[in-house]
Parts: sequence; structure tokens; C-alpha cells
Amino acid sequence: MSAAEIFGTLFTFEDYGELVALLANSLVAAALLGVVGGLISVFVMARDIPFAVHGVSELSFAGAAFALLVGFDVVGGSIIGSIIAALIIGVGGAKASEKNAIIGVLMPFGLGLAILFLALYDGRAASKFGLLTGQIVAITPGQIMTLVICSLVVLAVLALVWRPLMFASLDPEVARAKGVPVSVLTIVFMLTLGLAVALSVQVVGVLLVLALLITPAAAATQVSASPVWVPVLSVIFAVTASVGGILIALGSPVVPISPFVTTISFLIYLVCRIIGGRRMKSLHRRRTVRAARQHEAPALTTP
Amino acid sequence: MAKESDASVQPSVREPVIQLRDAELRFGDRVLWHDLDLDVSPGEFVAVLGPNGTGKTSLLKVLLGQNTLSTGSAEVSGRRVHSGNSAIGYIPQQRGIDPHTPMRGRDLVRMGIDGHRWGTGLFSRGRKKKVDELLASVGAQDYADAPAGTLSGGELQRLRVAQALANDPSVLLCDEPLLSLDMHHQKVVAALLHEQRVRRGTSVVFVTHEINPILPYVDRILYIVGGHFLIGTPSEVMTTESLSRLYGSPVEVVRVGGRLVVVGGEEECVNHHVHSDELDPERGAI
Repeated sequence: MSAAEIFGTLFTFEDYGELVALLANSLVAAALLGVVGGLISVFVMARDIPFAVHGVSELSFAGAAFALLVGFDVVGGSIIGSIIAALIIGVGGAKASEKNAIIGVLMPFGLGLAILFLALYDGRAASKFGLLTGQIVAITPGQIMTLVICSLVVLAVLALVWRPLMFASLDPEVARAKGVPVSVLTIVFMLTLGLAVALSVQVVGVLLVLALLITPAAAATQVSASPVWVPVLSVIFAVTASVGGILIALGSPVVPISPFVTTISFLIYLVCRIIGGRRMKSLHRRRTVRAARQHEAPALTTP
Repeated sequence: MAKESDASVQPSVREPVIQLRDAELRFGDRVLWHDLDLDVSPGEFVAVLGPNGTGKTSLLKVLLGQNTLSTGSAEVSGRRVHSGNSAIGYIPQQRGIDPHTPMRGRDLVRMGIDGHRWGTGLFSRGRKKKVDELLASVGAQDYADAPAGTLSGGELQRLRVAQALANDPSVLLCDEPLLSLDMHHQKVVAALLHEQRVRRGTSVVFVTHEINPILPYVDRILYIVGGHFLIGTPSEVMTTESLSRLYGSPVEVVRVGGRLVVVGGEEECVNHHVHSDELDPERGAI
């Protein structure tokens, strides 16, 4: 097959306008999840816990698989699974080393459970695959409603705790000294993270949650350190990836949505990384200049 | 236990900012120190010295309301110690910041002003002016907009001082603020702290294992060794006789090129070593 033929198989863009109209709800949901993912990922980066996101997503997978098996709502199942995981990690993993070990222990357990539930399930194979790679186009209006409500809950909680949560994430010792309830905020954050993971699983699937919950802020922090610009850029990146991924995937009869979401996400990161590399070089150069200046004229305050 | 010297001379008759009475701190059956009486006057600079694991950081945590005394009482600004005390400015032990952490120098200072309040804080009026003033007072305007993770240790400590001063505290608690700084920056940061306490009348409690950079500014020293302690002016405490009695073994204090060196002190306390993260289970919390 030539490249053109492959491209012809991958993309047809048949009845594109009708498809977009048909999936308007899914697009709105994807955009909302992009906003949630973009904001949550800022805290994932600030707290340096990408591994926890992955751990939560595996248990979210187990919850969804169990729901599929017993005929319960899949979105509900994945939310319950990821909230349980988030709580275990949030309560049990006070120390960084402990936390990673707990996640490492939870992950295979969740994955194993999920495989068991899927093996026992004898329904449509597509439903199983959907959990791994996302299923937002196949989602029911009722499920979309759940997604929207949960997203709004996450956004409301974030708006309420944003400042102290950022303080506790970036500077926990001083935050604690200032009376910020650091441990309580950890639990609150892990709960919202659990919700966000469960919601993102619907778009990109269990395997690719990181593309919406880590990559956007990882890209944004490459090009800025501003507490305003990092969340704004992160949201723009996440929405571009989630909505853009669906729009491109609609033109293809064979390829699922998630590869497009992850690819867009990755390309954004790549560009930011290149810009960020130059930025870091110039920042370090400026630091050297400052050090040299101080060496020449030591600005000792009153000795 | 011996209160080797009762030299708690009050440089001022004003109400003490910090008042410890018969204070004892224990973890399980291990007593860190006991019968500790300490008054810190407004504007006073008190250094807390001693080998690792003698409870210097734990003393700060008592004042911050994070460790509870097993007996005795502790007051800051006339009120019992409690967490979230706005009368306290806190400078923690320095730890590395990743260059990609989404925080600029000025954000570190800003969090000291209103980081503990709920909400997003997007529309806070007058805050930028306050941040700029604080930055100017420590001479950190040059790098205020650079990511905190790309700053040098000395620059970061200037910002820490500004952050701790944000709410005009009556006392600054500093936990090894000179650690990992080169000698030049140790002097600069020590001078900066001194300058601020003179200008604002803020007391300083300064935990350190290196007395020399702050020696010109220190009013009194609290020297803790294995549960025993000594309080007094530097000239009273930093002598061969006093420290030998405190350590319970021969220790020599010598002057080398204007610097004080304690010879034979640290080794005596190896069995008292406690790793700081054992005492601080919350460190590195997610």
C-alpha cells in the first residue's frame, strides 16, 4: 500500500458535517473535560505526582470493567474505582517514597481485577475495548449529563481551594506554618483528581489518561512559570487536544479517537519543549550575569 | 539536667514575644529537652545551636503549634501557641525547587501575604504593590519574575525573608536558613535578617549549626546538647568552660581568624541523632 492509499483508508472525511452535528454533545463534553484536565494537570505538575494519575486510572478501569460486568453504569463504576484509589493514595501515602510504593502496589492489582472482570464479561467486545481507548462518541446522553455535572463539581471545588491548594502544593512547610490545612487539602485534591481521571477515561481511555492530565501542564510549565499563564495555556492545550482529536477522528472510519488526542497533546509538548529549552538557557545565562555583577559589587546590606 | 547558666538577662523590660515555661518535649519515651525557660524580647536575635537531633527544629515546631509540649507552656505574643499564627514569620530549611515548577520569585512572596486564604485570589487589589515593596526591601526586584527554580540559593533566601515578613510578624523563626549557601551569601542573608529586625523590631529565633555568619548580630544563644542546654550571651556560652560542662566532656572553643570553632563537640552526640524526616512525617506529602 502506498502512503496515499494508507491515508485514503485512514481519512475519508465522508459526511463530515453531519457527523459533527451528530456529535455536538460529545464535543461539548470533550471541551469541558479539556478544561478540567488542563486545570488539574497544573496541580499534578506542582505536586509532582504523575505516577498517581496513572495509578488512579488503573483502578478507575477496574471499576468500569466491574460495572460493565454487572450491568451497572460504566461512568459510575469508573468514578467509584478512581475515587477509592485516590483516597487510598491520599491517606496512605504521606511520604513521597511511601506514596510511590502504594501506587506501584495498587496498579497491577487494579489492572488484574479489570482483566478478570472483562474476561468474565461476555457482551460486546467493542465495549471492552472502549474502556481502554475511550468511547466518548459512543456515550449516551445520560452519561454526558453525568460528565457535565462532575466536571462542574471539580471546577467549583478548584475555584474554592485554588489559592491554599497551590500554596500547599508548592510550599507545604510555610503553608502549614500559615495554618493552611495541608493534609485536608491533599485529600480534597486527590478526590477531585479521582473524579477528573474517571471523566477523562471516557474520552481517551484508561491507557491514555496521562495525555489529558499531565501533558498539558507539563507543556505549559516549559514556557511559563506565571500562576495565571500556566493554567490558561494548560487549558488551551488540553481543549485543543481533546476537541481537536475528536474532530480529526471523525474524518476517519477506522482509527479511534485517542491516538489523535495523544498525538496532538504530544506535538504541543514537543513545541513547548523546544521553546522551553531556549528559555531555560537564557534564564540560566541571566543568573550567571547576576552572580557576576554581585561578585564585582557585593551588595552587602548594612554589615 | 543542669541549667548551666542562668544568664537570661532581659535586654528590655517589654513583654516578651516568646515565653517558654518549664517546657518539655518528648517523642515517645525519648525526651528531647526539659525544664526549658526562655523569654525572647521584641527585636532580640536568639541563635539556637547544638548537634543534629537535639530538638532545635522541634522547638520551632512547638512555637508554630505543630509539636505539642509534653509539659510546660509556650506563648507567642502573649497567646498560647497555635497553628496558623500570623504573629510568626517562618523560613523553612531550604530544599531544591524544580526549574519547571510553576512559581516565580514574586509568587513565593505573594503566597506569604494571602496564600492561606480561600478562593482563587485573582482579583486581589493592592497586593502587587505590597509584593513590590517587600521585594524592594530585600533587594530582590531583579529576579522577581524569574521562575523560582532557576534562582540561586542566595536569591531564594532573600525571597524567603520577604515572604516571612509579608504579614509584619512579631517574630521570625528561621530553620537553618544559611544551609547550602556559600560564605558570601551566608553573610549577606544574615545581614539582611539583622537589618529587617532592626528596622521592624522583629525578634529572630535562628536555628543553625554554624554560628559565625550571625555572630555579629546575636544577642543570646540557646545551646542544646543531648537534653541539656545553656542560655546566655555569645561571650558567656561560647567558651571552653561552658561548653565542656554542657557536653559533659572536654570541648575546646578556639578562635581561628575571627571565627569561632568548637572542637570535639559534635561527636559526643552521635547516639542522639534523629533523622529530621523521622520527626516530620508530613514532609513530601502529596
